Amino acid sequence: MEEKTPVVEMRSIRKEFLDVVANKDIDFKLYPGEVCALLGENGAGKTTLMNILFGYYANDGGEIFIRGEKVELSSPKDAILKGIGMIHQHFTLVPSQTVLENIIIGAESEKGFFLDLNRARERVLELEDRFGLKVDPDAKVWTLSVGEQQRVEILKALYREVDILIMDEPTAVLAPKEVEDLFSTLKSLVASGKSIVFISHKLHEVIEISDRIVVLRNGEVVAERKTKDTNTKELANLMVGREVLERLKKKKAKVGEPVLRVEGLTVLNDKGLEAVKGISLTVHEREVVGIAGVSGNGQTELVEAIFGIRDYVSGTISVRERSLKMGKPAERVEVGIGRIPEDRIETGLLMDLTIKENLILENHTSPEFSRNGLLNHARINDFSDRLIREFSIKASGRETITKSLSGGNLQKVILARELSGKPGVIIASQPTRGLDVGAMEYIHNKILEEKDRGAAVLLISEDLDEIFDLSDRIIVMYEGRLMGEASAESASREKIGLWMSGVAK
Amino acid sequence: MIRQIFEISFITGLLGATMRMATPIIFATLGEIITERAGVLNLGIEGTMLMGAMTGFLVTMSTGSLWFGVLMAAVVGMLLALLMAFLAVYLGLSQHVSGLGITLFGTGLAMFIYRLHFGSPTVPPTVQPFKEVAIPLLSKIPILGEGIFVQYSLTYISWIMIPVVAILLYKTHIGLKIRVVGENPFAADTVGVNVNLTRTLSLVAGGAFMGVGGAFLTLAHQNMFLIDVVGGRGWVSIAMVIFGNWDPLKGALGALLFGFLDGFQLRLQALGFHIPFHLFLMIPYLLTIIALISVSRRAVIPAGLLKPYRREEKGG
Amino acid sequence: MISFRIVKRAPLPNWAKVVIPIIAILVTLILSAIPILIARGNLWKSYYYLFYGALGTRFNLLETFVKASPLTFTGLAVAFAFRAKFWNIGAEGQLLAGAIVATWIGISFNGFSPFVLIPIILIAGFIAGGIWASIPALLKTKLRADDVVTTLLLNYVMIHFMGTLLFGPLQQPGSSWPRSPEIVEAAKYPILLARSRFHLGIPLALLAVIAVWFINKKTVLGYQTKAVGVNIRAAHFGGINTTSVIVKTALISGGLAGLAGVGEVCGIQYHLLMDLSPGYGYSGIVIAMLGNLHPVGVFFAALFFSVIIVGAQSMSRMTGVPTYIAEVIQGLALIVMLIAILFTEFKIKVVRK
Repeated sequence: MEEKTPVVEMRSIRKEFLDVVANKDIDFKLYPGEVCALLGENGAGKTTLMNILFGYYANDGGEIFIRGEKVELSSPKDAILKGIGMIHQHFTLVPSQTVLENIIIGAESEKGFFLDLNRARERVLELEDRFGLKVDPDAKVWTLSVGEQQRVEILKALYREVDILIMDEPTAVLAPKEVEDLFSTLKSLVASGKSIVFISHKLHEVIEISDRIVVLRNGEVVAERKTKDTNTKELANLMVGREVLERLKKKKAKVGEPVLRVEGLTVLNDKGLEAVKGISLTVHEREVVGIAGVSGNGQTELVEAIFGIRDYVSGTISVRERSLKMGKPAERVEVGIGRIPEDRIETGLLMDLTIKENLILENHTSPEFSRNGLLNHARINDFSDRLIREFSIKASGRETITKSLSGGNLQKVILARELSGKPGVIIASQPTRGLDVGAMEYIHNKILEEKDRGAAVLLISEDLDEIFDLSDRIIVMYEGRLMGEASAESASREKIGLWMSGVAK
Repeated sequence: MIRQIFEISFITGLLGATMRMATPIIFATLGEIITERAGVLNLGIEGTMLMGAMTGFLVTMSTGSLWFGVLMAAVVGMLLALLMAFLAVYLGLSQHVSGLGITLFGTGLAMFIYRLHFGSPTVPPTVQPFKEVAIPLLSKIPILGEGIFVQYSLTYISWIMIPVVAILLYKTHIGLKIRVVGENPFAADTVGVNVNLTRTLSLVAGGAFMGVGGAFLTLAHQNMFLIDVVGGRGWVSIAMVIFGNWDPLKGALGALLFGFLDGFQLRLQALGFHIPFHLFLMIPYLLTIIALISVSRRAVIPAGLLKPYRREEKGG
Repeated sequence: MISFRIVKRAPLPNWAKVVIPIIAILVTLILSAIPILIARGNLWKSYYYLFYGALGTRFNLLETFVKASPLTFTGLAVAFAFRAKFWNIGAEGQLLAGAIVATWIGISFNGFSPFVLIPIILIAGFIAGGIWASIPALLKTKLRADDVVTTLLLNYVMIHFMGTLLFGPLQQPGSSWPRSPEIVEAAKYPILLARSRFHLGIPLALLAVIAVWFINKKTVLGYQTKAVGVNIRAAHFGGINTTSVIVKTALISGGLAGLAGVGEVCGIQYHLLMDLSPGYGYSGIVIAMLGNLHPVGVFFAALFFSVIIVGAQSMSRMTGVPTYIAEVIQGLALIVMLIAILFTEFKIKVVRK
């Protein structure tokens, strides 16, 4: 394949953000009709590089050639005109509008003043047939499943007649069955002559779908391999830059009394539909229960209900026989639930305030820190300094504005706050999403430490490795229900994967 | 007294007043809907209307042409909208505070320019205002005809603008772009829609509507410029946008509702109740608040409203 | 091709927070030359009288402080509310609520010592403004009604309510003007410096600056207000009762605005009249922003504004530039300050391709 001229050639691309160099003079080529995987950890610079190719970011250095011609891509519009399409990890759809409206918006083919939906519908249906992408063009996007939404994104790109398609972590939100469908779509796209960049950090997927693999680490290309000449072990070492650690050692402990009990819980999502349908579960002392499942199957709503920030229709939540009220987050603090929310920035942290002000969020009214409505700054400062040390938060001090911290340190601030009170229950929702390997290890160890201390831990994650590494018991959630439950020893990846796709034993 | 309220002349008068008082609100509401659909809350509306009122008046005074006055009011509305676009769109400043800044600036400027030209006369200068135009046939319909179809041309234009804006938003490419930019600017950017340009154009179009709404007050509703001539109508229009759930048709209905309340209190005043007229003046604002409350729980706000759009916010 | 992009910058040091508003004021004054020139005012003469009129004589200087009192109160009111992202644009109405209650007590409570009556009026005026502000706060938290719109509309409701009173129960008997009877002597703020109008309201404003600073820095409420303001969702998650915080914020914010109204009635006019406030409530928004929502900043911004307002009078007399130049400058100041604040967080990067 190397003989052909590349469709895309990026030469010594450089991109600097405020305090990091995201791309350090990267060279990258994409050949016609191939799937090239861009492999790397979170923060390796994969997405940044592709956002530059897509015209979304302006590069600080380097040149881009498309089909041998030097180009200036100053906006996605330029990129689209050159035949480049990108499907971002977070979909760029308008939920309140129809599939058709989402597809035609801004497309060059749309001439005239008025919308011509009939003509557009025909073209979309034709594309759906050709590439096997079934979705109702007149459905509102918010009614679609994640898999269908991804199809809309692909259709959006095809509608613009792109022949270079960038897909950023496309499988992150899909169930195993949907991943298969996606891969067959990608194969038919390549067969029709399109070239694909597949961004991922999942080794087995990269091996399965790609022809060639480019590995990025810390903003640099560290290796390039033909897929047939490499294996997951080599790739893992290249990606992380050192021998990958052995699996964590979780100690097998005797579980204690039941602590957290959820019974018959039914919760509505923002659209007023039932997202959690009568779920019951129990977590014991010295036990990690992992909830696996593809995002969007009600995990978020379940967690928010337990956190006290979402009302529920029916059911009870109790900690050590004490029943908790709806919409009372303060009560969760009081009974000792450490809560690690999936959305660190929106829910977990006051990004514009200092580290100290974040650390005291939940206990600033305790007699230790305030009396008669007045804050005791001396004690608060001591407390903050101690936590910053204990959790090795990398910052210049307690007065550092939180938003200047890295992702891993943000999570440490939350951990410090939530674990400082030695909670009896810990609920960790996607605790390592978007973090690099170092931060991930730290958080995994912390969770296991807490379990050994005696805490009852409920872990919600879409990362199966994480679930298997940490859990004593695994539960799979699908469409608001519990599909199945297995002990960590008896669970196989295959069985869990089937459950995640909604297939019962 | 109560009997008077049911007399035909009162009803005809009330209908006429309703349409008249609704006109500036319809213009301003439509303008704000376009703007907010693109994701920008323009709190400059009150100051823009006052500048429109002043400009319309001043230009008509000096040129003698009412329509040229209206046109220039629209132009001034567009210029203030450009300033708003610079602050809230290109610089990405808080839409709340930028808009209030425009209103304070516009209000000060309107009064400043007026004083500059006219000094402080004891009797305010006046223009020959628009005359009402009767629509043939329709105006002959008993009771309703005289009330509804004998109006200023600007009122008729405001009615025409309701479906025009609706079609623009729902049936055209530019309308789709406006809506996507207002719901999910990132999505718009990734398909090559220029977010900032679309927002700026929406602001400018909206500003023209607001300016004309203001000009109606000094060139039709009254024939002079007083500093409180707008009197919170801009803020009422913002409430009507919410009341109408960002839909031109429903928003205009809200404007008619306000026009009715305003007209009603005017007619009641005319009947000569021995109650301070300020009590009547209070009613439309109170009821606007109640109307706002009645829909607020169900309001579906454009998801991108108040959010400035900037690329390169985060590293990757 | 050269294009400009706005990119984040490393946080500026603390001194920048002081220097930037000063630069903004200077830029505003320079930009003000445009309307002055349009009005065919002589630039040097205009600026000279602007400052001479505000600071040049003992009386003028004290007058500037007199004006600064209501502006400080409304500025603090807005700043305190904005810190919680409670968009209180209703300081004007809350000011009038305080003024109305002060007038009512001032004309009907006879035979009290000033040491009793003035505290009563202060408390009552504070509560009146606070309650008026807590209505939109409750509507926001309980019914999700937009606070910008409700606070604004309630201004008009209050103005017309005041009109109703001034043409009704509060009208001076025998008069056809919308004007209340004079308040009793014991209700009048003492004049603190002879041959001036330098009244009790000025030290009270300074006291309010300190009080707000203390609340912000040292109290649980101050912390909670800030938390709710930066991220209401996270504050709620952390167990803060956000409704209660917003309502308390509104009470204090409206109360401060109410005290501005009390000062105008008891310190200056001694009557209630329709044009009691030339838009102090709206100026409060600009002052709050110019002061970066910090109480001390608010105080200096209020001083700057009263210089402009007082100075514009004599500038207008001497050069013929309309007094409304003061309003134009206020609007300009807000816009310039907004842009200045932007550059504390972002910088413009020139991109060459």
